[in-house]
Amino acid sequence: MTLRIVVCVKYVPDAAGERRFAGDGTVDREGVDGLLSELDEYAVEQALRIAEGSDGEVDVTVLTVGPEDAREAVSKGLRMGADRGVHVEDGGVHGSDVMGTSLVLAAAVEKAGFDLVLCGMASTDGAMGVLPAVLAERLGVPQVTLLSEVSVGGGAVSGRRDGDRASERVEAPLPAVVSVTDQSGEARYPSFKGIMAAKKKPVVEWDLDDLGLDADGVGLAGAFTEVVEAVERPARTKGEIVTDEGDGGLKVAAFLAGRKFI
Amino acid sequence: MAEVVVWVDHAGGVVAKPSLELLTVARRLGDPVAVVAGEGAAGAAGVLGEHGAVRVLVSEAPEYGEFLVVPKVDALAAAVGAVGVPVAVLVSSGGEGREIAARLAVRTGSGIVTDAVDVEVGADGGPVAVQSVFAASFTTRSRVTRGVPVIVVKPNAAPVEAAPAAGAVENLDVVFSPAAVCARVVERAGREASGRPELTEAAVVVSGGRGVGGAENFAVVEALADALGAAVGASRAAVDAGWYPHSHQVGQTGKSVSPQLYIASGISGAIQHRAGMQTSKTIVAINKDPEAPIFDLVDYGVIGDLHTVLPQLTDDINHRKN
Repeated sequence: MTLRIVVCVKYVPDAAGERRFAGDGTVDREGVDGLLSELDEYAVEQALRIAEGSDGEVDVTVLTVGPEDAREAVSKGLRMGADRGVHVEDGGVHGSDVMGTSLVLAAAVEKAGFDLVLCGMASTDGAMGVLPAVLAERLGVPQVTLLSEVSVGGGAVSGRRDGDRASERVEAPLPAVVSVTDQSGEARYPSFKGIMAAKKKPVVEWDLDDLGLDADGVGLAGAFTEVVEAVERPARTKGEIVTDEGDGGLKVAAFLAGRKFI
Repeated sequence: MAEVVVWVDHAGGVVAKPSLELLTVARRLGDPVAVVAGEGAAGAAGVLGEHGAVRVLVSEAPEYGEFLVVPKVDALAAAVGAVGVPVAVLVSSGGEGREIAARLAVRTGSGIVTDAVDVEVGADGGPVAVQSVFAASFTTRSRVTRGVPVIVVKPNAAPVEAAPAAGAVENLDVVFSPAAVCARVVERAGREASGRPELTEAAVVVSGGRGVGGAENFAVVEALADALGAAVGASRAAVDAGWYPHSHQVGQTGKSVSPQLYIASGISGAIQHRAGMQTSKTIVAINKDPEAPIFDLVDYGVIGDLHTVLPQLTDDINHRKN
């Protein structure tokens, strides 16, 4: 039996660029460079390591939901070494919040077929960190999330979850949804061979009809939240900056005392 | 009065500070109903009543400790059912809190807002969540338009305030779903207590970065933190170099903090770091490089070597305290 891994990835605006809101309260992506969310690279990496470490057949699909540009996120995953890609693109998806996006992802994951869904711990743009849990709830499978180590064997997934209070070893039977942290292992760079091979790998494109979804349930129309106001914060007024002339520490202390911190 | 469900994070009945902050937020919206699940849960009732909980719904079962996240979702869902139609459900930010809130939102067909830095009362009496986005360059106000608003609130969003209330303890009946007993915790090792406050909860954070120069040099950062009763943070560069544990990483891929005071030492202020600390109320930086982008954010900055500035600062604070 082939182990089917679906890695959910997101195409995000580059955090180093300037980000703004569009008139409809959604993120303005015009003129902003995008890339595969760095945290999702760790999920792709773990999928590839599971495949490489397995005795059996493993099939790694990279899945993304987003506009035309988002295909680049799938392509990056293929260059890293994934076997196939799925790109869900539909105008109706624009403006989806996490509830809408997760509905589309859940339908696409089911259509693709899966034993394991791998996600990054959060996107680097919205950074909500809730999608893996939402996806598990929608799919009705166990969630094994925020793992810094992950392994698959004997029909189960196990790993280490480092929380604020404790470090836990956790395990669950497959199928399951897993998310991995940036501590799970450095993501590889695509090799020349990987880049060449990626060009021949299949990428299927689905829209909402293909997934049997109604446009009313997703996008702005189906959003469960509404941004009522987005105000650009005035740039922080630059405070006083001094050069240490042997009394730098005393000056900071005087500043802190003035603000009642000491 | 309308009721607000507050999920309580605790360790053996000792309530985490952000959960007490949630009670302050909840009181603006209605009568707080605290939900506390797990070993020692009943022990939390007293302090919750003192901080405004009108009712305390308690469930103690081994499942909360033996399985990941979902038993707690079942408990929170049961609490929402017991209340009827709460005006909101509030949960503290943190890995587990976010996940509990997220699954509850799906189950109850509700919208969710995460990382609220404040919660205001909207025109309809319902909650409006204030968020700080795009590395704090925008402030947004959001509303949940469907279902029961589920809002995940960051630590330090509100002060802890005593507000004695009935705190009537009720046993919460929870029937665990099949999904609750799937992801098993097979081993648990508690984190070593440093004696310092939790990074995400601390009112003051002192962080070190590349400029610290080595693991042993973090002692100067820790000494300043101890003088101020602060938590210690580290930049990704310092964590990746192995100088400080990842659990202390501040930034986009680490923890997001918004303390009253943030002191960045030897940190240049890459965008990823700024995303994790820019909502701090007062920012102080010490860095040798006058061009470091962190200086664009500071209320007070010193261009200088942290290895001389920090010990002098620490000595002066200790001197002032005595």
